[in-house]
Amino acid sequence: MSALIQTRALTRVDERRQVALLQPTDFTLHAGDRVSITGSSGSGKSVFLRALALLDTPTSGQILWNGQPIANAQIPHYRSHISYLSQRPALLEGTVEDNLRFPFSLKTLRKRHFDRASVITLLEHAGKAPDFLAKHALDLSGGESQVVSLIRTLQLDPEVLLLDEPTAALDPASSRDVEALIDAWFAADNARAYVWVSHDLDQARRMSDIHMQMSAGVLDGAAQP
Amino acid sequence: MNYQNLTALDMGIAASLILINGALSVLLRLGLGRQLLWAAVRTVVQLLAIGYLLGWVFEFAYWYVVLPLMCAMTLIAGLSAAGRGRRTYRGQRVDSILSVWGSSWLVTAVGLFAVIRIHPWYEPQYAIPILGMILGNTLTGVSLGIERMTQELTSGRNTIEMILALGGSRWEAAQEAIRQAVRAGMIPTLNQMTVVGIVSLPGMMTGQVLAGESPVDAVRYQIVIMFLIAASSALGTVGAVLLTYRRLFSTSHRFLRDRLQER
Repeated sequence: MSALIQTRALTRVDERRQVALLQPTDFTLHAGDRVSITGSSGSGKSVFLRALALLDTPTSGQILWNGQPIANAQIPHYRSHISYLSQRPALLEGTVEDNLRFPFSLKTLRKRHFDRASVITLLEHAGKAPDFLAKHALDLSGGESQVVSLIRTLQLDPEVLLLDEPTAALDPASSRDVEALIDAWFAADNARAYVWVSHDLDQARRMSDIHMQMSAGVLDGAAQP
Repeated sequence: MNYQNLTALDMGIAASLILINGALSVLLRLGLGRQLLWAAVRTVVQLLAIGYLLGWVFEFAYWYVVLPLMCAMTLIAGLSAAGRGRRTYRGQRVDSILSVWGSSWLVTAVGLFAVIRIHPWYEPQYAIPILGMILGNTLTGVSLGIERMTQELTSGRNTIEMILALGGSRWEAAQEAIRQAVRAGMIPTLNQMTVVGIVSLPGMMTGQVLAGESPVDAVRYQIVIMFLIAASSALGTVGAVLLTYRRLFSTSHRFLRDRLQER
């Protein structure tokens, strides 16, 4: 099993308030890992996940991708492979299809193309018919928006998903749709891995093999192989 | 030149019109009495002061008198452009001063040396009022631009992070906010340019006409000034918005949202 992402003594301090958000954390994500992180709100789960997505600057420590540090110019490329999904889906004005086409307008992904057939397959996993593509983003429910946001990411075939409480605001049916989509993505290639931050213990048990806990910025079980 | 000089008595008659405002404030219980008095006093004092100051500067037309005055005007314009808006970030004052300074001096130089061709280069009769008019409009553009930029970055935070998380560059993530901010900064000047002469007669032109200049000649100056103002406020706005962008997006394609603070 190869290490996809590794952190070495990764920390983050809130500089304005001088509070440690993340204590020195060593963590390794291997291909095939399904990791869940639970903990109370404010414990640092999201801080850690956002650091892995390179969205926030760590105060100290290192993040390695396939054993290598990540140069600034490489960061957009990294993020298109190591995909972060937020709890609040952000959709642009336009139809569902417009939103799904959007990533291909970015420079990093310009060489790739929107594949309608594979998107329709993904929609089926979430129990949506192809005419869902023509719906306007503003008319979607919270659950439907999260499904669109997830498909927008999954169609890019990421290696790793960093899931920041993706179902926290959803009804049970939408949560199951999201879980089904992620299961299908994970099963399609045994080199894939994800880290799922959740406050729902049942979901964490159901969706992961490696269970970690975050409390006051300390990740428990981080040192275990 | 048939030009009517105003005495202190003349000014007193005009100033007494403030009593209309005062009466309205009392009748309608607006509670503006104190503010009206303060505004009236400031108008008189500030204008008299600048009148005497300019009179003195015109008399001692040396570069080492004119240049510091122009620097002070620019600095004040830059600072007041930074003083508005609900959100701020460290370095906003510097960004605001830099963009006001750079754009207004560049455009004023074009106006003074390439269009009007003054001699000597610091001729205060031209340099000071023209810089002043350019500064006044540039500061509006800069302050609206920065304000809109910080507002767009706050309300559009989720979208910006979504674009970054999908693999977008910092430029791709900020583009929409930058576009909105530059538009917001440029619109007042564009509005002004479309109604000038129809709805509004600009003060400078009016002044020249009152002083006995022919309207056609006065209008030529006004046309030049309008284009100088348009160029400077556009440059200033773009400069300020891009400086804001550089402060709030790191070269590692991160959105430094923590740097945005409520005032």
